Amino acid sequence: MFATYLRRELSNRKKQSIIIAIGMALAIALVILVNGVSAAVKDAETTALSSVNGVGTDITISKTAKPGSGNQRFAFGSGDQSSASDGSTKLSQSTLAAAMGTATYSSSALKKVKAVDGVSAATATLSLRNSTFSGQIAQGSGTSGGGTTGQSGAGGGAPSGASGTGGSGPSSFNVDSFSVAGITPGTTKVGPMSSTELSSGRYLKASDDGTYVTVLDASYAKSESLKVGSTLTMGGKKFTVVGIVKSTSSDSTTASNTYIPLDTAQKLADLDGKVSNIYVSAASAGDVATLKTALEKVLPSVTVNTQADLASSISGSLSTVSTLVANLGTWLSLLVLAAAFLIAVLFTISGVGRRTKEFGTLKAIGWSNGRIVRQVTGESLVNGLIGGAIGTVVGIAAIVIVNLISPTLSTDGATAGAAGGAGAPGGGGGAPGAAQAASSAATAISLHIPFTGGIVLIAVGLAVLGGLIAGAFGGWRAARLRPAEAFRSVA
Amino acid sequence: MTDTLAMPSAPEEQSIGDAYVLRGVTKTYTQKGRTVQALRGIDLEIPRGQLVAVQGPTGGGKSTLLQMLGALDRPTSGSVQMGRNDLSTANDKELAKIRGVEIGFVFQGFNLIPTLSAAENVETAFATNELPRAERRRRSAEALASVGLQDRADHLPAELSGGQQQRVAIARALVKEPTVLLADEPTGALDEGTRDEIMALLEKVWHERLLTVVIVTHDSAVARRAERRLRIKDGAIKEV
Repeated sequence: MFATYLRRELSNRKKQSIIIAIGMALAIALVILVNGVSAAVKDAETTALSSVNGVGTDITISKTAKPGSGNQRFAFGSGDQSSASDGSTKLSQSTLAAAMGTATYSSSALKKVKAVDGVSAATATLSLRNSTFSGQIAQGSGTSGGGTTGQSGAGGGAPSGASGTGGSGPSSFNVDSFSVAGITPGTTKVGPMSSTELSSGRYLKASDDGTYVTVLDASYAKSESLKVGSTLTMGGKKFTVVGIVKSTSSDSTTASNTYIPLDTAQKLADLDGKVSNIYVSAASAGDVATLKTALEKVLPSVTVNTQADLASSISGSLSTVSTLVANLGTWLSLLVLAAAFLIAVLFTISGVGRRTKEFGTLKAIGWSNGRIVRQVTGESLVNGLIGGAIGTVVGIAAIVIVNLISPTLSTDGATAGAAGGAGAPGGGGGAPGAAQAASSAATAISLHIPFTGGIVLIAVGLAVLGGLIAGAFGGWRAARLRPAEAFRSVA
Repeated sequence: MTDTLAMPSAPEEQSIGDAYVLRGVTKTYTQKGRTVQALRGIDLEIPRGQLVAVQGPTGGGKSTLLQMLGALDRPTSGSVQMGRNDLSTANDKELAKIRGVEIGFVFQGFNLIPTLSAAENVETAFATNELPRAERRRRSAEALASVGLQDRADHLPAELSGGQQQRVAIARALVKEPTVLLADEPTGALDEGTRDEIMALLEKVWHERLLTVVIVTHDSAVARRAERRLRIKDGAIKEV
């Protein structure tokens, strides 16, 4: 009887059923789409961050740099210059120093981090910048005496050169700058290496400690025409390329141009016992927030960031979409959902009002309040489920359309731990220093909405919720109906 | 309407005792901001198996009295005893159970569920699902057959005439085999010929099932067919 009565009522009140179902369908489709876009944006943020932090990294620990720190200075002594036959002076110097905006702290922090409960793995890195100043100063330029002092900024651009005019003749300078990451050899599960794969050669291994070997980013290697076996000068030392890695994320580059053993990096940068970043993998994804708090207690002077914290550092259209989804999309879907629920509630209550005589009669012949409430709620629930089914189909169709269009979002500028900016003019001739940021610069990421069973669960859940809410109100109205009053009001 | 209907003979076998005992029943309610005193100290006994007609002008309290007898409402004061059940003190759940088991209703406007077929309407009388579905269907079909509508089982109310709809309503009232049948103007919406048919049907079931039947009616011809006639006016009742 329940099912027969329900089916007949719904088919007999088609207009009302259709309106309720359409309202629910629109709301559920919107929620599915917003939820899907939100997941896609989160994926995109993870992609953007994983290129910097590595796939398995849940938390990064860094220290906020003091303003102006990290500027590289060139101090030329007699060993860095030679006289040419035309009387001009040739200068050349390679320095390895902490990247601009990077602060270092004691590597003993790594030991403390590893001792914290909930830490699955951790590794420390030292972000450096290698800058090579080379040039020629014409006779008469002020290069004698105490030497020439210039300054180069560590920035986000590609290595560039510039010429300037000094003294009586033309002078030319070239500043070549690239990023260097000191990493713990043999660590690929957490940290920058975790989001890379080998193109050729090998990763750094434990026995590379203290040696002058390097692994290069594939893009950088290509641009500099370097391959396994080539040599590269960093901090005045020649390094042998033992491997080339490429990003496993959608980013075209990895976190750094070059990777060298951590202790070698510390020694060459004169930063013995110092690190700039610690990458932490949590034992449980659900405990990241707790772990963050524990790490902040152990290391009060550093900044502990989770992936969620770092996501806020992403800018560009990805950030815009993320904000849009988080604000407008969520509120809009909640608003439409509330409106749909309200429509369902009002129609159900009004339907009960129209059926006063019917329910009064059923009560008169002995139907209990519970049975009538179940009947009303059942009708609302089925209405909601029909809306949920239509909404799911519409929502999935919208997801398919978005995925077919595959809009591209960009992440502009710095992401986690990245330092950027144009360099300050050099000393004699004013060579604008520029360097590629440790993290990726403008990165294009295609938005792909993942389709999961969770989406269907959300739709079914909302449909059931909407149906139950409307049914509860309608049932409450029907339950309050006293048969004698029902007949009196109908009369 | 004509006054030519013959008085039926009482059932050969009568149950012993009273179906209803009412003592000092008053009912006051508010309708559209106006206080209405529908019943004023009614004292009444209705023996089991009696066919009683209640007449009276509109607004006199006929329907209110029927609601008291039908466990649809509780009196403002006084008591309504139905067999062993005190309807004036029973809670809503108990009243619903009494209605579901003991009382069959027939309404002036038939009050059928418009979306359900004749057979399904009859089946709604099984207020609980204690009987198996097949048994409910069998009994519903039997009840429809007993009112001569076995070939209209799948018809919707809108596809039936007024008389046929009232027959369905009577089948619905009788299918659960109640002890009391309460009819509120059962022929009020029917023409003369159909009225006689329906009254004949009610008399037949009264005879066959030894029911206590209370009919509220304006129609003197209908009232004259009852064993006992009561008149209610301004909330007070008297024998005719």
